Amino acid sequence: MDIIKNIENEQMQDDIPEFNSGDTVRVMIRVVEGGNERLQAFEGTVLKRQGTGVSETFTLRKISHGVGVERTFPLHSPNLESIEVIRRGDVNRSKLYYLRERQGKKSRVKEKREQRREETE
Amino acid sequence: MTKGILGKKLGMTQIFSDDGTVVPVTVLEAGPCVVVQKKTKETDGYTAVQLGFEDIDENKLNKPELGKFTKHGLQPKRYLKEIRDFDDLEPGEEVTVEIFTAGEKVNVTGRSKGQGFTGNVKRYNHGTGPKSHGSHFKRAPGAVGSVDAARVFKGQKMPGQMGNDRVTVENIEIQKVDVERNLLMIKGSVPGPEKELVTIWSR
Repeated sequence: MDIIKNIENEQMQDDIPEFNSGDTVRVMIRVVEGGNERLQAFEGTVLKRQGTGVSETFTLRKISHGVGVERTFPLHSPNLESIEVIRRGDVNRSKLYYLRERQGKKSRVKEKREQRREETE
Repeated sequence: MTKGILGKKLGMTQIFSDDGTVVPVTVLEAGPCVVVQKKTKETDGYTAVQLGFEDIDENKLNKPELGKFTKHGLQPKRYLKEIRDFDDLEPGEEVTVEIFTAGEKVNVTGRSKGQGFTGNVKRYNHGTGPKSHGSHFKRAPGAVGSVDAARVFKGQKMPGQMGNDRVTVENIEIQKVDVERNLLMIKGSVPGPEKELVTIWSR
């Protein structure tokens, strides 16, 4: 069993920023086209994080030309060049499936107000 | 010419392939095996190589069993299995995972998980009757033949032992060979529970 754990740990990336459902995230994806490698950006709201360990995935949702687009990435995928958190969302669920039924202004996620440590102490 | 090695199923996980796609793999601890006996056409009527796998305390073996190993000055092994028509290997030679390379197609033979004495629904995927509303036909096999035949034909599906069979999965791809840790990662699943002895071979 330990060997399996080791194999999984070897593949895990350790430079993944902390982010959760509701946050807006931009990922840079390595795409190989005709032998050339280039980077493709995908920016969206984190709909969910699913699974544990090396098999953990996250799903991003964005509205592109009026059509909802969702993409799921393995969190530890070597094809992800970078994961950048753009905005922190304030949500009350871990799975934001309700966003799929919303349109326009209602589909927005509130931004999280940063807690000011100095004032509370 | 066949080649093969004995191994142990450690479990399943996933790995990222070179192009970044996720591949489900079974991790097998294979070898190092040692050749214990060589069977030849002249003495045994067929050619084969008997491999030993996993060290065992010599107190656990009786004298004739131990003699097989001490004859060639070898460490006693727990498992012995023959691979037919293997290379010209002499007793004492080692077989490691290096005989395989990544991308190669192999067969894996093992013993499937025993399910015990099971009914037709589990064993042959038969449908079930209604569970409620006064049903008297729930998971029973139903009719087993006609009155006219006055007997039950051979091969009629009936309840019985399921699993614990010798099963071979053919043409599955080796994803990765780890020489340092004696590991083979094979795409997909392999028969048997974890810690089960399996034979990895190819022709």
